[in-house]
Amino acid sequence: MSTLEIKDLHASVTTADDGLKEILRGVDLTVRAGETHAIMGPNGSGKSTLAYAIAGHPKYQITSGEVLLDGESVLEMTVDERARAGLFLAMQYPVEVPGVSMANFLRSAATAVRGEAPKLRTWVKEVKGAMNDLDIDPAFADRSVNEGFSGGEKKRHEVLQLALLKPKIAVLDETDSGLDVDALRVVSEGVNRYREGGETGVLLITHYTRILQHIKPDHVHVFSAGRIVESGGPELADDLEKNGYERFVKAAAV
Amino acid sequence: MTEVVSGLAPELKGAKRGQGYVPEASAGERFRSTDVAAFEVPGGREENWRFTPMKRLRGLHDGTATFAGTASVDVPAVEGVTIEQVGREDPRLGEAGIPQDRIAAAAWSAFREATVVTLDGTPGPVTVTVDGPGAGESAALHLQLRTTPHTEATVILVQRGSGVLADNLEVVLGDGSRLNLVVTEEWADDAVHVAAHHLLVGRDATLRAISVALGGDLVRVSPTVRYAGPGGDAELLGLGFADAGQHLEQRLLVDHATPNCKSNVLYKNALQGVKGTLTSGRQGDAHTVWIGDVLIRAAAENTETFEFNRNLVLTEHARADSVPNLEIETGEIAGAGHASATGRFDDEQLFYLQSRGIPEDVARRLVVRGFFGEVLHKIPVPELRDRLEAAVEAELAIAGA
Ligand SMILES: Nc1ncnc2c1ncn2[C@@H]1O[C@H](COP(=O)(O)OP(=O)(O)OP(=O)(O)O)[C@@H](O)[C@H]1O
Ligand SMILES: [Mg+2]
Repeated sequence: MSTLEIKDLHASVTTADDGLKEILRGVDLTVRAGETHAIMGPNGSGKSTLAYAIAGHPKYQITSGEVLLDGESVLEMTVDERARAGLFLAMQYPVEVPGVSMANFLRSAATAVRGEAPKLRTWVKEVKGAMNDLDIDPAFADRSVNEGFSGGEKKRHEVLQLALLKPKIAVLDETDSGLDVDALRVVSEGVNRYREGGETGVLLITHYTRILQHIKPDHVHVFSAGRIVESGGPELADDLEKNGYERFVKAAAV
Repeated sequence: MTEVVSGLAPELKGAKRGQGYVPEASAGERFRSTDVAAFEVPGGREENWRFTPMKRLRGLHDGTATFAGTASVDVPAVEGVTIEQVGREDPRLGEAGIPQDRIAAAAWSAFREATVVTLDGTPGPVTVTVDGPGAGESAALHLQLRTTPHTEATVILVQRGSGVLADNLEVVLGDGSRLNLVVTEEWADDAVHVAAHHLLVGRDATLRAISVALGGDLVRVSPTVRYAGPGGDAELLGLGFADAGQHLEQRLLVDHATPNCKSNVLYKNALQGVKGTLTSGRQGDAHTVWIGDVLIRAAAENTETFEFNRNLVLTEHARADSVPNLEIETGEIAGAGHASATGRFDDEQLFYLQSRGIPEDVARRLVVRGFFGEVLHKIPVPELRDRLEAAVEAELAIAGA
């Protein structure tokens, strides 16, 4: 049973003029296996920065605080070590990698995360099944990673990776945005299959409650100006839907 | 590879006369001579030399290289293959073309005996091995490969060793013949190699050439393609990996003067430099130069030509120069396009791959393998393909990525 603990996390971004701009201003959050946490908050409040900071993106500097996975600090780990330790980030804007086929990429990732190359025969079946579950045309396997994929296709492939890599804790950054109704259902089912066993934790960043109809959160947090300003149950999402972020944003500014 | 540095030229499919960039001195009107004295000593500012670090040419260009050394040429006896050592009076020499620059002319003036390899029928793959003259030595070489009409052959020209070498490689394709040609530059770190390739494609003949540039301090290869009759088809693929301190230069000219011919050029280079000075005293920068001139003369109706150069910059301290040039003198062409793009293996790609657990070195290998894949896959001999694939990966490992 895994636990991700984020303690008083402060992070800055290196800006173009070499200055440091603080984005995360003391984030406290614990995600346990079996739990799903939703984070909602206005544009620019730092949600993606939190996701990137957990994953170890080099652009963000952690200035203080801790991120622990099962008690072990991940901040000292390289990006790939974090992934192998069991963290996964479905990105808001998945990156295109021309020249590297999806098939090759998935196999390399699975090999790295599992510590050995998956047996070819079962692997092919596994990938086919996972693609089928997400309504992904098998032809995508031969295309370059994310290259020329539509927004929705990219998101499906993020969830495909989630399904194949089976991390302990998954951070999903706006995996729902850019999806039509059917795609939203397919992608949500994918995430739910991943949650099924109750041994994994999910941190779901979103702007919309519609995904929360499919992926029921246990906890909802409001993110504003670089920190969590309110936490509650699923009903908090409905409140946000009705009344917007305004009262929290004001509170955060004080 | 998200960042396009030198930009994409527009496709010129169905281009009309006068479209495209026309250089001041037409590529087709270059001066030609086999006599070194007919060329002025280049100073380095000439169009033809401006990208080349002249100081590193070890005197090949100014007469101080003595050509006293010997580069060996080894061709195994294979059925259907005739090997001859001939003097410079042999009338076949020069049939594919003659020098267009001073170093090629110097090599022509200095070689003692030429090797002529004639391929007839359907011989098995032939590996020709050239060994450099050794460290501190310089040599000139002349090699001619010929196919008789309707021959189908594969030649692998492996070039390796130390020292300084200037040479002319002539390839004469008989009518209706087909030649797969792989030329590798697998030199030791000290080597300097300046080569002129004269490629003459016969009527309805097919040339499938792949150039692989890996080793050497400075390697400059200038291939010129001409067509002896209509229906010729030439594909020139290139793969180059410039690591710390290396200068790799590829200067191509495809001269379409005959109707109904095709040319297809695709060169891909990866660059991986390091900061500061190497133990050899040289700067750690990696440098590639690709010049792709295509000339479609008025008579060359119904020509189809495409030329592309792609460069993948893996590190800082690397510079890729790329100059595609298309000159069109006829309106009646089947299709033409030229483009060049230089991209960076950027931090976002690396982050993405690593965020899926893939270690950095594996991530780089994935990207480079993917980048070179379309060229490597076309290498006709599987063992050679495997060996070169491994050699590329070894290059990648050298700078510690
Ligand atoms: N490289 C950068 N230079 C300057 N500012 C940056 C940089 N990267 C991020 N920021 C800023 O950090 C803040 C937080 O950005 P972040 O992407 O984390 O927001 P978000 O909550 O995910 O927003 P959205 O809902 O729009 O996805 C923004 O104001 C953004 O402009
Ligand atoms: Mg965001």
